[in-house]
Formats: sequence, structure tokens, C-alpha cells
Amino acid sequence: MSPRILPYLLILPVTLFLCLFFLYPFALVAQQAFSNGAGFTLDNFRDVVTYWKFPISLQNTLLLAAAVVPVQLALALLMATMVSRMERGRDLVLYVWTIPLGISDLAAGIIWLAIFEQSGFLNSMMTGLGLVDQPVNLLSYQNPGMVFLAIALAEIWRATAIMLVIIVAGIGLIPKEYYEAAEVFGASPWKRFLRITLPLLRPSLQTALILRVVLAFEVFAVVAALGGTLFPVLMGEIYAYQFDLQNGRAAAALALIVLAISIAFTLVILRVLRVPKGATI
Amino acid sequence: MAEIQIKNVAKKFGAYQALSDINLTIHDQEFMVLLGASGCGKTTLLRIIAGLETATTGEVWIGGKRVDHLAPKDRGIAMVFQNYAVFPHLTVFENIGFGLRMQKLPNDEVKRRVERTATLMHIEQLLKRYSGELSGGQRQRVAVARALAMEPDVILMDEPLSNLDALLRLEMRAELKGVLAESKTTAIYVTHDQVEAMSLADRISVMHKGKIVQAASPIEVYRNPAAEFVAGFIGNPPMNFLTATPAGDGKWTVAGQVVDGPRLGASQLQFAIRPEDLGPAESGLPATAKVVEPLGAHLLVTCEVDGHSFRAVLDSDLTVKPGDRLTLAPQADRIRWFDPETTLAVA
Amino acid sequence: MTATDTLPEAAAAPRKAGQYVYAASVALLCAWVIVPLYLLLINTLSSPETVNSFPKSFIPEFDLGSLQFFAGFEGMLVALKNSVVVAAMTMVLSITIGAPAGYALSRFDFRGKELFRLLILLTRAFPLPLLALPLAVLFIRTGLDDTAFGLALVHTTLAIPFAVLITFSLFSGIPVELEEAAWTLGCTRYTAFTKVVLPLILPGITASAIFAFVISWNEVFAAAVLTIENRTLTAFLLQTLGEAPLHLKFAGGFILVVPALIFIFAVRKYLFAMWGIANR
Repeated sequence: MSPRILPYLLILPVTLFLCLFFLYPFALVAQQAFSNGAGFTLDNFRDVVTYWKFPISLQNTLLLAAAVVPVQLALALLMATMVSRMERGRDLVLYVWTIPLGISDLAAGIIWLAIFEQSGFLNSMMTGLGLVDQPVNLLSYQNPGMVFLAIALAEIWRATAIMLVIIVAGIGLIPKEYYEAAEVFGASPWKRFLRITLPLLRPSLQTALILRVVLAFEVFAVVAALGGTLFPVLMGEIYAYQFDLQNGRAAAALALIVLAISIAFTLVILRVLRVPKGATI
Repeated sequence: MAEIQIKNVAKKFGAYQALSDINLTIHDQEFMVLLGASGCGKTTLLRIIAGLETATTGEVWIGGKRVDHLAPKDRGIAMVFQNYAVFPHLTVFENIGFGLRMQKLPNDEVKRRVERTATLMHIEQLLKRYSGELSGGQRQRVAVARALAMEPDVILMDEPLSNLDALLRLEMRAELKGVLAESKTTAIYVTHDQVEAMSLADRISVMHKGKIVQAASPIEVYRNPAAEFVAGFIGNPPMNFLTATPAGDGKWTVAGQVVDGPRLGASQLQFAIRPEDLGPAESGLPATAKVVEPLGAHLLVTCEVDGHSFRAVLDSDLTVKPGDRLTLAPQADRIRWFDPETTLAVA
Repeated sequence: MTATDTLPEAAAAPRKAGQYVYAASVALLCAWVIVPLYLLLINTLSSPETVNSFPKSFIPEFDLGSLQFFAGFEGMLVALKNSVVVAAMTMVLSITIGAPAGYALSRFDFRGKELFRLLILLTRAFPLPLLALPLAVLFIRTGLDDTAFGLALVHTTLAIPFAVLITFSLFSGIPVELEEAAWTLGCTRYTAFTKVVLPLILPGITASAIFAFVISWNEVFAAAVLTIENRTLTAFLLQTLGEAPLHLKFAGGFILVVPALIFIFAVRKYLFAMWGIANR
């Protein structure tokens, strides 16, 4: 077969598949969001945005992302640098730290529910230590801070691993000589991290952050398991529009809003962490 | 059995002209070396002959058959790669027998040929091993054995020794020469190492910027370089050049001295002489020694002649110190002349 | 003498303290991952009564009551089966569709290659589960609604960018010269692939297939939107979150987690290599 057409033949299935199940559905979402059954309209967006739950779910989603992603990034960087200087037991520690990578958000929600629910382990420990007399209902509307904390902890617990893997892989690509050279020039470990690891890690940081931020806006099942309706988030609202309210157009409009936020953040991350041409490893 | 003809081959990668005007005939059973610096197009030419790359224009003929439209497997060639390309998931035996199995030869024939070539390459005790258990030199031997087992008309080698350490390279070089001479195959060998080229080749094609500058026997390339590039590339240290101006009647003035040269009407020529063809004498080129490097057998003296850097290889019995003034006489029959416009040699 | 003797010791003391802090932090972070899993295990291996009682013991009583209740719960085993079927389909689809593209990206330079890479990377910046919304409508029209295959198609969209990028990095790890050597030894492009590339790449392909399996296994939103009768385990659990008793949730969560543990263990060798190049 001619090497000219062979590559196109090989990418054809994926291209067709993505056109059919990625580009086309998004065109449909957009069309649905901007239509009222008869013609073009912005009513769906107006309805969605003016609904009383919209500001609170938007705020919750953004707040959760703002609380979770920086902690995850810091934790992942810390873990990655710890692993990089580990001599014994590196594989075992990495295995343990990457376990949550395979755990779904729903399962993570359930796991943390075991800790935070009224008859759960946190209450058991607190009464055991004599901090409280009887179990407190931590995940109730009286404790919005606690609900937020539980969700944030579950998210941090679950999704730090994906960043860790990307960053460890990225650090592995940085040649050791750079560190040795920096050490010879008198850079302290902290300076080496700041001046060598971080700048050279930019491509990996980009990927890790984009992936995490986009996923943070999709947060859904963890919240459903831990907060239920106490903590409305955008993705949950889309689900509610689709099922409880049977309003596909509003769901589509809200989906486009989530999409717009995701793309905006992706562009910001790409811009802030861009690597000058020729400055790659 | 297999003469190779390359007719008007050119290759473009996008806008980059990798090869142009390649015309070359490699005779049956000849050992041809393609020599040049990295990026000169020698590997591209080899890959075009192998069929791993397609020429933009031109034809390749092997054994009287046009092959440029054929797949590598149908060209009657075998190839040895720079990084050996020994299949890691197969034993040495299966590596050497890989091509034979593809030809669906009977088991006993495969076994016979694998064992014969393995013995030839002194790896008969390694047949059960995997590539990961072999040293670089052993992998090299497997790669050559795998090519030889095919009993090809043509064997192509892409810098096969460049990944070996110096001592092993010397040993393999001699061995390769012996084995290939015995196998009576036509061989094309790509290298950037001029010593390797000199020692192996029946003929050397010196390549530069996608063109063949000279194709001739090693001694011819060394003694009579066809262009300034060849003169400067072959030989270590390379040839010295000085500007010569006409002094009339076939005489030329070089660094204030009058030398016999070609009868040409040119306003300027390049005078060239190899460092080892110079000797201290009563009269000759006035030189000031700058750096003196004793090399055991010889003394390499870098000096200044007529404001240019100039090297001479002198007898190591001489005592020369930096700053000494020398008079260096060129051996008359070894002087070469080049046209500065075309950079080509003039008679 | 004394000065030179005490100097290294003085420097060694903080270093030793640093070693302890370092080891303690590693242990703490390991505990941070493992303890919540252990607590889930306790709840799973306890009788329903214990799960709903207070206070909790920190040692499991090894009672299979919760798991038995889970197995006996109406529709749960069917949901489990659906999850496996959808994940298996996703695995096969994403590798058979994705791997050829990964091969093309690693071996050929072709016009439009960058555009194609962009399309693949673009899928990452999109909240893909949202696809389920328009597809729900589309599937009703084509009869794919509420089927395992329909859901597998959506999950394949999720898994395919990973499949392409991971196989791309795997293929790139195999020197082109091995293939070229095979061509000069009498192979066609196809036989060179089956005899040389495939045997070398099989373990990696298996790893990325497992990866695709887990992506599907874990997916909640699209599964919940697209299935009604044929719910997957995640969709079923999500639906019953409101009313289901605690022991059912915990047993279900545990069943969800087990493949993850096996998965990470099975692909641990490939995890970092896959991500290393896949993210360039």
C-alpha cells in the first residue's frame, strides 16, 4: 500500500468516530441550547442563569475548584519530589500513592461517606476521644462548612494521583545533569526545585492543570454521594434539568456554560505556562 | 552478479534538497564506501538503494533490473543498521534465521545456514541468547550474520561500526573486510570515518551537500583529490592551502617563493600540499612555528606561512620550538592546484 | 583535631532529623491514601447491623452479611454485569480504533498531522460526559438508547484520546529500524508489524486496554443519563444513593474499588512511561 495514503487510512477510524460522537454531539448541544423548537433564541440561557440555584451552584463549583486544585498541585509536587530522591521502596510507595487514580468519583464519595456520616468513623473517633458526647450529623444543612470540607477532602484524596503521575513522568524526563550542574554552582535543594524542576516541568504542569481543572468543573458524583442536594454544583444541575425537570434545552445551555468556563481556563493555563519555542528539554 | 546503477537520483525533503544529480555505478563484488560528514546525504542515498526511502526523481538498478518501484524485500539486498536492529523478542538463532523463515525455507536449510554464518561471525555459542544478553560487539556480529545468511546480491551497511569502542572497531573492521571479500557480494558501506573508508573500500565516493564530489580508489582520493573539499576532508591533518599568483610561463608565486605549476591564464590559484610532503630544506616556504605536538613517530608542527595557518609533519628527531623560523620545501610531485572559482583540481 | 571531628557530626544531626521528617511524611502520605480504603473495607466486611450502629470498631468483624445483601439486592447483579459488558466493549473499541492512529502518529509524517493531534487534544479540554445529553436524543432515534453498546460508544469517546496517545508513545518506543530491518529481510509492512512490532508491544497494549476498561467502569454521568433499564453499577448506585441503606452503598463502593486496585497494580510499570510521552 502506498505510504502516502496509509497514514490517512490509519487515522480514519478515530477521525470518523470523533466526528460522529464528539464534534457532532457538540454541534447538537449548541443547536439545542440556542433553540426554542422554532428558531434561534437566548431564552434557554436566560432561564438557566436566572434560576435561583445557578449562582450558588456556579459559586460552589468554582470555590471547590479553587480550593482543591492548588492543594492537589502542591501535594503532587511534594510527593513527586519525595519519590524522585527515594532509593528503597520507590515502587511500593508509588503504587500506593497512585491507587486513587483508578477509583471512580462515586466510589471516592462513598469512601468518605464512611468517614463523615453520622454513625461514621470520624464521629466514632471524636466520641472515643471524648470531644463530643454523641455523634453529630456532620453532613447536614447546619454544617455547610463541613459538607464543603468533606467534598474537598474526597476530591483531593481521589484526584491528586493523576497529577502525581503526570508530574513524576515529567520529572523523569529532566536530565540529572542539570541538577548536578546547579549543585556545583551552589544551588540549594529548594533553589534547584524552583529554578530547574519547575521551569522544565512546564509542559507537564500544563497538562496536569488542564486535565484537573476541566475535571474539577465536572465534579458530580462525589458531591452526590456526600452532599446530595445540600451542595449544588453545575454538573448536578445539568443532571437535574435533564431528568427531574425534563428540560433538555436548559441542560444543553448549562452544558455550554460549563464548556465555556472549561475552555477559558484551558486557554489561561496554556498562556500562563507557555514554553518559549526552543526552550524545551 | 549484481551491479548497481544509480541514475540521476535526487531527493527532496519538503524544500530541503537532500540529494541532487547522483550518478554512480557500483561494480559486481565491489566494496563501495560512501564517505562524508553528517548531513551530506550518504545515509539517504543508502536508504534509497535499500528501498526504505523513495527518490524524488531518478532510477536505481540492481543486477540489470530496475528496482526503484520495488519493496525492500524484493530487491535482493540485505542491510546492517547503525544500531544493529537485533529483534529483542527473538533469540540470536531466530534473528539470523528471520529472513530465511520469511522465504519459507525448510527447517534443516535454515539451521544449516544459520549455523554456517554464526560460525563465520564467531557467535555459534550465543545462538540461544536474547539481544538483551549480548554486548554491543556481539549484537553487531548478529546483525552482520543475519544479513549474510540471506546470501544477498548486495549488502548495505549504515555506519555499522560507529557504536563500538575504538579497539573493537579495529577488530571488526578487519573481520568484516575478510568475510565480505569471501562472500563475493557487492557491498555499500556508509561511514563518516575516513580511516574506516580507506581501509575497507575498493572505491570511495566522497559526498558533500547532497552530491558525489569524487568516486575513486582510496589512494586516488588521497593523492589526487578532485576538489578542495576532498583535499580538506581526507587526510589527518588535512591538506594545506596557500594562494598563488602567476609569475608567468607556468610559474607561480607562493608565499614569496616561485614554484612550477600549470600553464594557465588564471589570475589566482590555490596551491595545496599535504603536511607529510614537506621537509626542512635550504630553500622553500618561510614558516614560523607556533605549536609543536610530538606524536611519537612524527612531529606535528603548526606554523604560520604568509599569514595563514599551515601544518607540517616532520621527523621526530628534529628539535623545533614555538617561535622558531623554518624553511619548508614541498615535494614537487605532490603539489596539487585548485581553481579558487570552481574549487576543482586543475592539472 | 576536635574542630574537624565535630564539624561533620554537627552537620549530620540536622540531616538525620531531616531523614526522619522525610520518612514520616512518606508514611503519613501513604496512610492518607490507605486509611480511607481500610475504613471502607471494615464497613464492607461487617454485618448490616454493625454498619448502621455506633460507635464504629476500627477492626473488621469479617462478616459477609453486607456483601450478601448487595448480591441479593434487586437489579444489583444485573448492573454489575452491565458494567463489565460496557467496559469490555469500550476496551475493545478504543484499542481497535485508537491503536492504528497511534501507529500512524508515531511512524508517518503526513499533511494534517498537527490538526489531527489538535482534535485529539481538544477532547481533553471538553467535559466529555456532557456528550451524553445530545446522544440520548440521537440514540432514541437509532434504537441505541438504553443499550450497553450505546453507552460503550460514549465511553469509547472518553477513552479514545488516551488510547491514541498511549499507543502513540508505545509505538514510538519501538525503534523504526526494527521494522526496517524486517522489511529488508523479506517482510511486507503487514508481516513486519505482526512478526516484530506486535510481539514487542503486546504488554503495553494490554495495559492501555485495561486503562480503557477502568475509564468506562468508573464513569457515572453518561451512564446515568443514557441507561434506564440496563443501568451500570455506577448508575445504579447513584440512583439509589438517596434511599439505599448504608451497608448497600459501602458494599457497592467496595465492589467499584476492587478492579481499581488490580488495575493500578497490573499497569504500574506502564503508568509513567505512558504519561511521559503522551503529554508532550
